Amino acid sequence: MKSFKFMALTAMMSGVIAVTAACGSGDAGNGDGNGSAASDKQLKGDVLIDGSSTVYPIMEAVAEEYMAEQPEVKVSVGFAGTGGGFEKLIAGETDMSNASRPIKDEEKAKLEEKGIDYTEFKVAFDGLTVVVNKDNEFIDSLTVEDLRKLWVDTGKAKKWSDIRPEWPKEEIKFYSPGTDSGTYDYFNEVILEEKPLVSNATLSEDDNVLVQGVSGDKNAIGFFGYAYYEENKDKLKVVKIDNGNGPVEPTKETIESGEYAPLSRPLFTYVANKAIEEKEQVADYTEFVLENAAELSEEVGYVKLPEEEYKKGQDQLAELTK
Amino acid sequence: MKLINKESVGRRMPVRILINTIFKGLFFLATLFGLFVLAILLYRIFTQGIGYLNIDFLQNFASRRPEEAGVKAALIGSIWLMATVAPISLLLGVGTAIYMEEYAVKNRFTNFIQVNISNLAGVPSIVFGLLGLTIFVRALALGSSVLAAGLTMSLLVLPVIIVASQEAVRAVPKELREASYGMGATKWQTIIKVVLPAAIPGILTGGILALSRAIGETAPLIVVGIPVFIAFLPRTVFDTFSVLPMQIYNWTSRPQEEFQSVAAAGIIVLLVLLIFMNSIAVLIRNKFQKRY
Repeated sequence: MKSFKFMALTAMMSGVIAVTAACGSGDAGNGDGNGSAASDKQLKGDVLIDGSSTVYPIMEAVAEEYMAEQPEVKVSVGFAGTGGGFEKLIAGETDMSNASRPIKDEEKAKLEEKGIDYTEFKVAFDGLTVVVNKDNEFIDSLTVEDLRKLWVDTGKAKKWSDIRPEWPKEEIKFYSPGTDSGTYDYFNEVILEEKPLVSNATLSEDDNVLVQGVSGDKNAIGFFGYAYYEENKDKLKVVKIDNGNGPVEPTKETIESGEYAPLSRPLFTYVANKAIEEKEQVADYTEFVLENAAELSEEVGYVKLPEEEYKKGQDQLAELTK
Repeated sequence: MKLINKESVGRRMPVRILINTIFKGLFFLATLFGLFVLAILLYRIFTQGIGYLNIDFLQNFASRRPEEAGVKAALIGSIWLMATVAPISLLLGVGTAIYMEEYAVKNRFTNFIQVNISNLAGVPSIVFGLLGLTIFVRALALGSSVLAAGLTMSLLVLPVIIVASQEAVRAVPKELREASYGMGATKWQTIIKVVLPAAIPGILTGGILALSRAIGETAPLIVVGIPVFIAFLPRTVFDTFSVLPMQIYNWTSRPQEEFQSVAAAGIIVLLVLLIFMNSIAVLIRNKFQKRY
């Protein structure tokens, strides 16, 4: 009983201290609101992050670097998925939510209902990469129309010859990320346009399974994040995508410039405005993300955004911390 | 008087012996199959992971660089989780088992409870995750803390512990109880001094199985919202934490091949932790077994 009282007291005390610290920082924040994130001031408290497993490696890298600078700030990053992350942001359980697609209308409505304002920051690009088996010699590039013909369900098994008559009369094996993933959502939006995916596709939440599947089957086609292709270049053949301006191969350059369209997509993090305003460490961390995401996202296999995008994010953040 | 027709028995003998040999072989193969798969699994994991296994691996936090990645937060987190789950689930589980076996009157209601406990043992773990999220994380506002996860995991393993403990309590010979009553002991004294010590080996066997399951579960913890990357350790049960299976799961889904090896190293750590935990339980069990 005694220890419980002690615990309760400690919890209360730390609560009071946290609140005081947060209030105090409101004033102090004015001074260096526009300053660099690498301020010498040692911050305390926690930064709670959850969301997309695609964005997770970037956030892990950023958090790792940040903790080296601010060892007293406790950053925790989860990978509940884009949708799962938003659910937690709506419940007020997290400060930031990573997403591999833009926020959906119903999620916006729920946040509004709860009175949670948020700011969207872009952190990096990912190029959805379409791949086929290494031994596939007849495909070099596909148009967006071809992709639609391939992936939209027609109710019967598809052969390559159904897409273009000169291709072999063999059944196509499809490999796709699971329907819960932001990757699937994005493909659904730009290619499927809400029509159902081929019903005999093999779905997996683990992109390594897709890599295995496509590299082991001569008639396979699949798609996933660029990082997985880059790591398995020797096992897979990449398909160039023709969006009307000639075939474009996904590379860091074509994804960054936006030339690789429509399959290059931005990755986001959504931050609760209240957390930025009330928790100094969240504001500081967000600034750190924007300053370092370019370099760190490249390091973990994604593609950095153009400089202006990060600048834009920093301006938005400065607006909030004013 | 002839009791056995030696001739007719003798005629059937080779067939009977043959059938016996065939089944002996089949059962031996069944045993071998499990061992064979286990050996392959261990071989793969050890050859893949041993290179990454060193003191730094145990002392480093998670990292984007495979060479620097470590399991410190996850390992300590798993130990915290076990330290919460073991007392909660054993106290509740053994308590329920004793009530059901020693006190409860057998009627429709207790029968109903009994059936439900058995059924709960088969409920998918993710359902317990959802339950934990609603009750412990949200309603009781514990957040994604050690306590919330520990309570969720305790619920998950409770049915196994209860059923095993009930069997163990039931198996205590009637004579022991009667002797105790005969000496003038009350029911409570009999339970605590006679029945429980005699039942402890059985209870612990169930407990080992249950805790092994709890330490390897990932799904309910993902639902409860336990983060993967943390670079600090929990100080109280109200702090957030991470566990080994989630860290391993995350590493296996990474694009870089080196992370597969890091995951294998993580699996070795998890296996060692599991063996360590089990051997403690086996030690306790053996100690009590000798007394009776």
